Amino acid sequence: MAKVLLLQGNQACAEGAIAAGVTFFAGYPITPSTEIAEIMAKRLPEVGGKFIQMEDEIAGIGAIVGASLTGKKVLTATSGPGFSLKQEFIGYATIAEVPIVIANVQRVGPSTGQPTAPAQGDMMQARWGTHGDHPVIALTPASVPECFTLTIKAYELSEKYRMPVLLMLDEIIGHMREKIEIPDYDTIEKPVRKGPRVGPNEFKAYEPDSDGVPPMADFGTGYRYHVTGLVHDETGFPNGSPAATEKLLKRLHEKVERDIDNITMYEEYKLDDAEIAIVTYGGTARSAYAAIDMAREEGIKVGMFRLISVWPFPEKEIAQLAQKVKVIVVPELNYGQMVGEVKKAAEGKVPVKPMSKYDSEPISPKELLAFVKNL
Amino acid sequence: MEKLIEKYYRPRLPHIWCPGCGNGIVTSSIIKAIDKLGLDQDKTVIVSGIGCSSRASGYLNFDTVHSLHGRALPVATGIKLADPELNVIVITGDGDGTAIGGNHFIHTARRNINLTVILFNNNIYGMTGGQYSPLTPTDSKATTAPYGTLERAFDIAELAKAAGATYVARGTAFHANMLVDVIAKGISHDGFSLIEAVTQCPIYFGRQNKKGDASAMLKTQRDNAVTVEAAKKLSPEQLEGKFKIGVLHQSEAPEYTKQYQGIIDRAQKGAK
Repeated sequence: MAKVLLLQGNQACAEGAIAAGVTFFAGYPITPSTEIAEIMAKRLPEVGGKFIQMEDEIAGIGAIVGASLTGKKVLTATSGPGFSLKQEFIGYATIAEVPIVIANVQRVGPSTGQPTAPAQGDMMQARWGTHGDHPVIALTPASVPECFTLTIKAYELSEKYRMPVLLMLDEIIGHMREKIEIPDYDTIEKPVRKGPRVGPNEFKAYEPDSDGVPPMADFGTGYRYHVTGLVHDETGFPNGSPAATEKLLKRLHEKVERDIDNITMYEEYKLDDAEIAIVTYGGTARSAYAAIDMAREEGIKVGMFRLISVWPFPEKEIAQLAQKVKVIVVPELNYGQMVGEVKKAAEGKVPVKPMSKYDSEPISPKELLAFVKNL
Repeated sequence: MEKLIEKYYRPRLPHIWCPGCGNGIVTSSIIKAIDKLGLDQDKTVIVSGIGCSSRASGYLNFDTVHSLHGRALPVATGIKLADPELNVIVITGDGDGTAIGGNHFIHTARRNINLTVILFNNNIYGMTGGQYSPLTPTDSKATTAPYGTLERAFDIAELAKAAGATYVARGTAFHANMLVDVIAKGISHDGFSLIEAVTQCPIYFGRQNKKGDASAMLKTQRDNAVTVEAAKKLSPEQLEGKFKIGVLHQSEAPEYTKQYQGIIDRAQKGAK
């Protein structure tokens, strides 16, 4: 039965994971993501799942990689400093194609920074934090209900493409409380992992289907395959030849690129007749809705392009936007991160103005309105 | 022997280990222990980290994970806790398991989760070419200690025991049959088991420290190892410079995954 609740973003993320069929959480407490771990500790045993608080951030993600290999849907949650520590395993899960979901509730950095203050400073860490060239899927919710639905979506994508999916919350969204209508979890379609269609003798652990994604066998079911972070061929065993290296890295990128239209998610708000476009995401988008409504009352034609999937970046859509409007504003809680991507996509067709704020306070609707009026 | 090779090894030869390396002997001891116990091959998972010994996972015909440097234990913990029906065996080296993986090592022992860790101790980082590890004896030469190591080595067995491991044993490549036995006991033990497998690295440890060739290093293992039983009859003076082999410690404590089932039962009854 559907329930109407008042929940925090972190709570909605945890509940979304349970609704998606998550039965394993391993992590290490870090502000402002801690509530996710706390809720999972209580909720998972209720649904027959397991929670373990590991000795550090690296162990947290290592344990979910292991649990995922047994066929479980898994979650870990962290914030900036912990996210940095998890990066090596994010790369491992990318090359070894192990589906995992990591929630990063961003705080001010670098280093310990401001643990309880909001920031959006890990957007590039999400993209380039681990080493090597690799695709990334990162989603950014802007409301408590979206924390729930995007978490479920994260599992759909993670299982479909066999890769890590990053949920990039910020402290505003993680700690904000909102009304949310939660459906009966039985009515929610649980993302399904593509299993092998051949027997163990014919099974090649990393032989992709035409979608570029290899079916995945659960450990303990007789397929006896090898998982490694080394470059490997279709058998899953190390093969460092130039041909095998190029083939694997190309496939990892292409399985995402070929499906980019299905992965890209965004919202357009009052953009139809807009002359000024605000491109933003996460907690900052909340102020943008209000600023746009205020501006519209004064007859200023402003609209918003809200990034929901930040990686892969909706390059094509932003390029089209740059043809339509006179100026693009990119408010974000950092010294300027996604604005660079917007500029790249706009290719100089329209001025792109950063509105960076990095004093540990959110951008208020009034500040954003004032910025727009001063353009 | 051929039967064991066909059954348990993947047809992936040659292996990467140097001539004279003891890792093959230790790996075959693990296989013999698995065979002796008759473990279900489909329900047995081998997890390793990064390093020479950790390459063994790729050669063995089970579900296998070659994970990250030092991180075999968290991955193994995730597998075991997610599916306690699986037998989970961890292959690690002295550098992998006690340096970068040292924190995971003590905490996994503390939890007493039912994993069997076989730590290949060759006293050196082999794969990167002979740098000192936390198990390199003091005053040894290494490429990163050209004047000799200052650091004291861990006694990994004592460390495991202190951290809460409920089964601790030591064997050597020379005493291969005994190694099979202590590994088999470790796998059968319900809780965290550590087996330190002393193995020779003639190329990177032996050569730098003038320990002779592989056979000389095996003889050193023979001459310096004293069984736990024999050690009881020797004085501290007689034990000077020797090391004990056999089952060094065994105790009973609640096993983590079984305890966790209790948590699930309580949560599902609505109790706290």
